[in-house]
Amino acid sequence: MDFALSPEHEMVRRTVREFAQGELAPLIKEADRKQQPPEAMLPRMAGQGLLGICLPARYGGQGLDYLALGLACEELEAVDTSLRVVMSVHVGLNSLGLLQWASDAQKQAFLVPQARGERIAAFGLTEPGAGSDAAAILSSARREGEEYILNGEKIWMSLATRAHHVLWFARTDPRAADPHDGLSAFLVETDRPGVTRGDLHGKLGVRAGSTGWVHLEEVRVPAANRIGQEGEGFAIAMSCLDNGRYTVAAGAAGLIRAALELSVKYALQRRTFGKEIARHQLIQEKIARMAQQYEIARLLYLRAGWMKNQGLRNTRETSLAKWTATEAAFEAAHQALQIHGAYGYSDEFEAERLLRNARGATIYEGTSEIHTLLQAGYALGYRGDRPLRCELPAHQPGM
Amino acid sequence: MNIVVCIKQTPDSAAKIAVDGGQVTWGDAPLVVNPWDEFAVEEALRTKEKHGGKVTAVCMGVETAREALKTALAMGCDEAILVSDPALKGCDSLGTARVLAGAIRKAGEVDAVFFGRQAIDSDTGLTAGQVARLLGWPALTYVAAIAEWKPAEKAVSVQRMTDEGRQVVESSLPAVISVVKEINEPRYPSFMGIRKASKTTIPVWSLADIGVAADQVGEKGARVGWAEMYAPPARKVVCEMIKGETPEETAAALVDRLIAEKVI
Ligand SMILES: Cc1cc2nc3c(=O)[nH]c(=O)nc-3n(C[C@H](O)[C@H](O)[C@H](O)COP(=O)(O)OP(=O)(O)OC[C@H]3O[C@@H](n4cnc5c(N)ncnc54)[C@H](O)[C@@H]3O)c2cc1C
Ligand SMILES: Cc1cc2nc3c(=O)[nH]c(=O)nc-3n(C[C@H](O)[C@H](O)[C@H](O)COP(=O)(O)OP(=O)(O)OC[C@H]3O[C@@H](n4cnc5c(N)ncnc54)[C@H](O)[C@@H]3O)c2cc1C
Repeated sequence: MDFALSPEHEMVRRTVREFAQGELAPLIKEADRKQQPPEAMLPRMAGQGLLGICLPARYGGQGLDYLALGLACEELEAVDTSLRVVMSVHVGLNSLGLLQWASDAQKQAFLVPQARGERIAAFGLTEPGAGSDAAAILSSARREGEEYILNGEKIWMSLATRAHHVLWFARTDPRAADPHDGLSAFLVETDRPGVTRGDLHGKLGVRAGSTGWVHLEEVRVPAANRIGQEGEGFAIAMSCLDNGRYTVAAGAAGLIRAALELSVKYALQRRTFGKEIARHQLIQEKIARMAQQYEIARLLYLRAGWMKNQGLRNTRETSLAKWTATEAAFEAAHQALQIHGAYGYSDEFEAERLLRNARGATIYEGTSEIHTLLQAGYALGYRGDRPLRCELPAHQPGM
Repeated sequence: MNIVVCIKQTPDSAAKIAVDGGQVTWGDAPLVVNPWDEFAVEEALRTKEKHGGKVTAVCMGVETAREALKTALAMGCDEAILVSDPALKGCDSLGTARVLAGAIRKAGEVDAVFFGRQAIDSDTGLTAGQVARLLGWPALTYVAAIAEWKPAEKAVSVQRMTDEGRQVVESSLPAVISVVKEINEPRYPSFMGIRKASKTTIPVWSLADIGVAADQVGEKGARVGWAEMYAPPARKVVCEMIKGETPEETAAALVDRLIAEKVI
């Protein structure tokens, strides 16, 4: 067993840290206050190659491995959650889904421009009436010759108004005995007639990020835009979530680290009752917990990333990492705010933004309740993972 | 154009530097490419991108300095060379310059050598000038812009940053050029570059390889000795509350104190 990161991974981590601190950190506070993603964010991330970081070079990506994706997410979320969310949807939920399930022609058409950052990608599963219960979605797709006609509405979609491509889930077979078997996945270009979309405002957190809705009305897409076979939609969505959740877990580790660093700095400088507050044991307990939780979150996501590199199924391990890390991140942000006292309650300091940002991650990509059920299901033997028709390819160096 | 860029590995600028038993230490702070040298690497790369050729990064240092060279490769340098030898311990800037000049001579027909303005750890700013002297090349220091490369005429014209303003200088090539931060905005390493860097083997040249005698470098060859090393005494900060009966009085008292302290 080798716990050391390679020099290559260390360089990736340092580069993303410097990039995020240097290019994006100065923009975030203002963007968060205005609830307006910085215009420079996506072009800069694309220019740095982040949007294709772990996609094979032959599909226009940077050819790094899944650990590099996790490390990048950790560093990005240490600056702001909105940056990691871009990675979660563009890379994790959409592009890796295409890498796993799309045909070679579809990869050339859709994945290559996404990997190069020329096209922005989003993921449309959640609807006004269906979130956790994804098989209950109402969006529909009916086949007409060599086309499908899509109708329906997606909500809470990250990058909804920025994306060129949405991986869209719709019901193709309303009569399927099991509703899970009636879903299919489509790559929908957002410039097609019948697509309308908008941003949602007033979110508690991730305010520097774009979250919105997309409505399809009689939108025609070629049958060649269907990803996988008819009826494979649910399995595809769950595969995508295995990768999205991984990025969320890694990001949450970064948020815990940010909370810890802020807390250490403040605790060493603020004085009460004649000493630094860091000297009070109750403050030490909070700091110790953050250090503990950071290591736990980090080891869990790195294990999941290592499994992806090996081509091993990791639904269970990724779910555990996501659930553990996001719950710990909220607790760490909560305690970081507490350590800052009243200053923590003001947006002049960073702790409150961490708290608001951390809150969302226990809801998206599987609520904490859903992950609890998954973990119980595995432990009790109620659940198991069957091999899929298409598995996420192991990392192949040099490809 | 055949370009060499000299980079030094230094502690991160955020490192807490301390003196312990007459030795400088920076704890376990990471070692990085001297921040000033990133501008030198960037300018070397831009020159290559415009005029063709190759960029070789050269570093004198111990084994760990390999990581600094990898960063230079990841930014886009074509080759990297580490000059390392046990006899180098205790080099002053003259010894460093002798080594770098030897490496540059061995690197073949070089058109230009880039340096940072100074190293953030020992901060002498001497090395570029000394290398130029040893090679017999013109030294263009504190360069804030390259006005024009004229490779065909073997010439270059640059703008130097001086206290009074910018000075335009024409020079023949090959030349030694040290750059200031106004010259460009260094790029971040690219992921493709990181992959390439981790696969590139970095040759290590010894003193024998570059034809420099051991008694010319290290402690033996040093002309400068660091007689004593100590941390500057911590400044005593006293906090004084300015008081007055009314806000106007307080303000007036504050102004008097600021004038007395020659702040205003
Ligand atoms: C910032 C943000 C970004 C998002 N981005 C995207 C995106 O890009 N694409 C996308 O498709 N979606 C996105 N979502 C939506 C997100 O995935 C859903 O909100 C999430 O899946 C939960 O669904 P819901 O909100 O409909 O809650 P519901 O499913 O309605 O759940 C309500 C509550 O009931 C609980 N619950 C549900 N079922 C059970 C059960 N069986 N047992 C116990 N408790 C249960 C839930 O845990 C929750 O507490 C985003 C959400 C947010 C906040
Ligand atoms: C712990 C410690 C102990 C030291 N002890 C002594 C001592 O006993 N006696 C003494 O005289 N000096 C000593 N030095 C100084 C050391 O010798 C200098 O690093 C050396 O003289 C180079 O000068 P500089 O670092 O000031 O570089 P500068 O002249 O400020 O650097 C200018 C440029 O030269 C290039 N450059 C500098 N060094 C290198 C390098 N190694 N490889 C490639 N390029 C380089 C870079 O482009 C840099 O931007 C010590 C330094 C340290 C950190």
